[in-house]
Amino acid sequence: MRKVVKYVILDILKSKIILSYTLVLFLISFSVFSLEDNTAKGLLSLLNIELFVLPLVSIIFSTIYIYNSSEFIELLVSQPLKRKSIWLSLFYGLSVSLVVSFFIASGLPVLYYEPTVTGLIMVLVGCLLSIIFVAIALLASVITRDKAKGIGMAIFLWLYFAIIFDGLVLFLLIQYADYPLEKPMMIISACNPIDLSRIVILLRLDVSALMGYTGAVFKDFFGTTKGLMTAVTVLLLWVFIPLGFSLRIFRKKDL
Amino acid sequence: MFIGSRVLKYFIVYIIVLNAKFLNGTTIYVIKSSKINTIKKAVSVAANSDTIIVSSGIYFEKNIIISKSITLIGENLPILDGENKYEIVSIKASNVIFNGFKIQHSGHGTLDDLAGIKIYDSKNVTISNNVLDDTFFGIYVQFGIHCIVKNNTITAYGIEEQQIGNGIHCWKSDSLQIIGNTIQGHRDGIYFEFVTHSIIWRNLSKKNIRYGLHFMFSHNDAYISNVFTENGAGVAVMFTHGVKMFNNYFSNNWGDAAFGLLLKEISDSYINGNYFNKNTTGIYMEGVNKTQVQKNIFSGNGWAIKIQASCMDVKINFNNFFGNSFDVGTNGTLVLNSFDYNYWDKYEGYDINKDKIGDLPYRPISMFSMIIEQNPPAMILFRSIMVSLLDKTEKIIPSLTPENLKDNYPLMSAIKL
Amino acid sequence: MISINNISKQFGKLKALDSLTIEFLSGECVALIGPNGSGKTTLIKSILGMVVPDDGTILFNKKNISNDWIYRSQIGYMPQIGRYPENMTIGQVIGMMKDIRKSEKNILDEELIEKFELQGMINKRMRILSGGTTQKVSASLAFLFNADVLILDEPTAGLDAVSSEILKEKILKENSKGKLIIITSHVLSDLDNLITQIVCMQDGKLKFQKAKSLLKMETGEEKLSKAIAKIMLQN
Repeated sequence: MRKVVKYVILDILKSKIILSYTLVLFLISFSVFSLEDNTAKGLLSLLNIELFVLPLVSIIFSTIYIYNSSEFIELLVSQPLKRKSIWLSLFYGLSVSLVVSFFIASGLPVLYYEPTVTGLIMVLVGCLLSIIFVAIALLASVITRDKAKGIGMAIFLWLYFAIIFDGLVLFLLIQYADYPLEKPMMIISACNPIDLSRIVILLRLDVSALMGYTGAVFKDFFGTTKGLMTAVTVLLLWVFIPLGFSLRIFRKKDL
Repeated sequence: MFIGSRVLKYFIVYIIVLNAKFLNGTTIYVIKSSKINTIKKAVSVAANSDTIIVSSGIYFEKNIIISKSITLIGENLPILDGENKYEIVSIKASNVIFNGFKIQHSGHGTLDDLAGIKIYDSKNVTISNNVLDDTFFGIYVQFGIHCIVKNNTITAYGIEEQQIGNGIHCWKSDSLQIIGNTIQGHRDGIYFEFVTHSIIWRNLSKKNIRYGLHFMFSHNDAYISNVFTENGAGVAVMFTHGVKMFNNYFSNNWGDAAFGLLLKEISDSYINGNYFNKNTTGIYMEGVNKTQVQKNIFSGNGWAIKIQASCMDVKINFNNFFGNSFDVGTNGTLVLNSFDYNYWDKYEGYDINKDKIGDLPYRPISMFSMIIEQNPPAMILFRSIMVSLLDKTEKIIPSLTPENLKDNYPLMSAIKL
Repeated sequence: MISINNISKQFGKLKALDSLTIEFLSGECVALIGPNGSGKTTLIKSILGMVVPDDGTILFNKKNISNDWIYRSQIGYMPQIGRYPENMTIGQVIGMMKDIRKSEKNILDEELIEKFELQGMINKRMRILSGGTTQKVSASLAFLFNADVLILDEPTAGLDAVSSEILKEKILKENSKGKLIIITSHVLSDLDNLITQIVCMQDGKLKFQKAKSLLKMETGEEKLSKAIAKIMLQN
């Protein structure tokens, strides 16, 4: 399997898209920190990039890569290789490439300008988000055979997690303003990896504001080590569940 | 070294005695092995303007009542222990100096406010350099005039608000000086009710259960250069006019009802040069009139300022706002206050004419902060893309946020404070 | 060597394979023929595990291939249209395949690489190769690992006459070593002197499976293409 991972990564590196993504992200990260007079503001700008651009790049790039490698996948499937290891190799290859590129482009500047637990959590969450959206992309691309449909689905999924979901939540909150919604909100937030990541980071960046009534509920949960562990576990589930489903489909898929 | 410090101490005593104008008193020593081996005995034999010097050791004397104008000086922190039953020192005379004792384990009363040291209806009393440990109320001033409470260290271990008194409790007094005390673990660090013309200077009040400073109906007082940190609900100043608050430090007051500074029904006051750092709300204002909030720094607060629609003529100018989650929150659309000439780190305007004032007004209130005001759980959506989009739209076409809550002259760079 | 037992496969409404049963023995050189859409490619893909049949079993050396993958190390496969990662060079593709399939057992057979003179363009990227060159790469890869079974999907399509001859020689040579070779091809005349057996499919079913000599004898035709045309007409 390691050999296949190696070739997937080599192939991704050759496409140069990932290299230019790394470069652009790196320039943005550095300029964000050097233009802003305080690092807190820089972190916030980066947070927006992390929650918006990162999932988008991750899911679109992975989906397109899977479709473009359909020949390669066919070639591999006809070889004495387990389907499971082919699929996981694709997953590892994509994850490693995207995580490494995020880490170099954004992680290093963050750790340089903000060498604190907050910075570390931001980097960790960014890496997890990259991986989560690779897994989601794998699922989207294994479900449909049609490339256009698959990419459309990937974009829709991203739009859903990045914006639509929050719109629905806000709608719910306003509709049911008279009910105590703090605890249900925690469960709902777990249904969206972007939201969950955002809350974990928010608890570091906006702890003062979050200490209000509602915030205290979140803080009591996510603010503790146990809560953070739970959040990371849920994020990991967001990797394993889509990946598991995609793997099940891929094992039976006709090529 | 020992002799040196002893000499120094007597020198200090001498100075105090001089200042207190008790030039012709005699000195009585309380020593365990001598005839006068209790403070009570010393007090009973003393005459006005005498000085009692108490040697070190632990004294269980129940309630010591000082009803003469005398000076009491503890040598090497003699300990007065109240055995968790008694009020330890009751000062019922004017011109008393009480200096250098350790007061511990006062009684806890539910009906009467037992204190470590209590001043009853007296003038010119000085309580200084004492250490109070595990007292119900620490230092209690009742009908005091021209009293000084200075350099005391007051520590309690309260867990619940109802089961502990205040660190320095002042009631119906005038011209007090509360200086350089450290108060910790009480209900309210410093409590002022009906206290006028007084000064609170350079105190440290931290980790108290309720307020670091609780201040009501106390007109024309000043508090300057104090530190209030990690108190349950911050500092509350209410129903008062003519308050001057300069150069204080309010920090780490976290919780739904926690404020760096809570102002309620305040008028003709000045809040200048203070530093509000990492509070859930920096300043909360309700019914504040004709008050200046100038040259303060607000950094890392949840809300730098929450100003209710009941406030009028509040001048929030020349402040620096850095890294607050929300700069301003409000509950209404009517704004009769000024927000001009501040520096806001979130300001994104430009300055073409280079006069160091942004050419576009800054709106410190975001749509989302209005939503949160109505719907606190919505906080969970803070900093999501959707909310950013909402805020951006709102900035272009204001609909929910008060139209005239804006800084017309936002500064391009922070004021040096 | 390979027995197909009663397999069926449906793509939507289309029945690609319909209760198909065939036996392939080692040493044979089988021509898999039939009209377009008769299920030849689906059959090959099923054998390779690329398509999972809905029903029935495929035994490779008497072992069921479902959920197995090791058996594929004994198969060399040349696809109809070989498609490879576009950014890789010929050298890298060959290197990668060697890397993936390398084991101590099989001795590499680089004869075709030499004869097709692929070394000369080892640094060319797959993207810019002509269809014929890509076929040469596919053929070379199929024979590279000395597999016991060779499955060649339209092997000579797109190859020039010289290369086509080289490939046919190679097929004969490997067949004579006792390997099972399965070829699908439309151009029957190409296969005349290679094959030993003919499997004809139609609508996902087996139409007939006959030895070449028997077929020629039955029809009395010398040329394979004519013999098949005749038998098709008879039915």
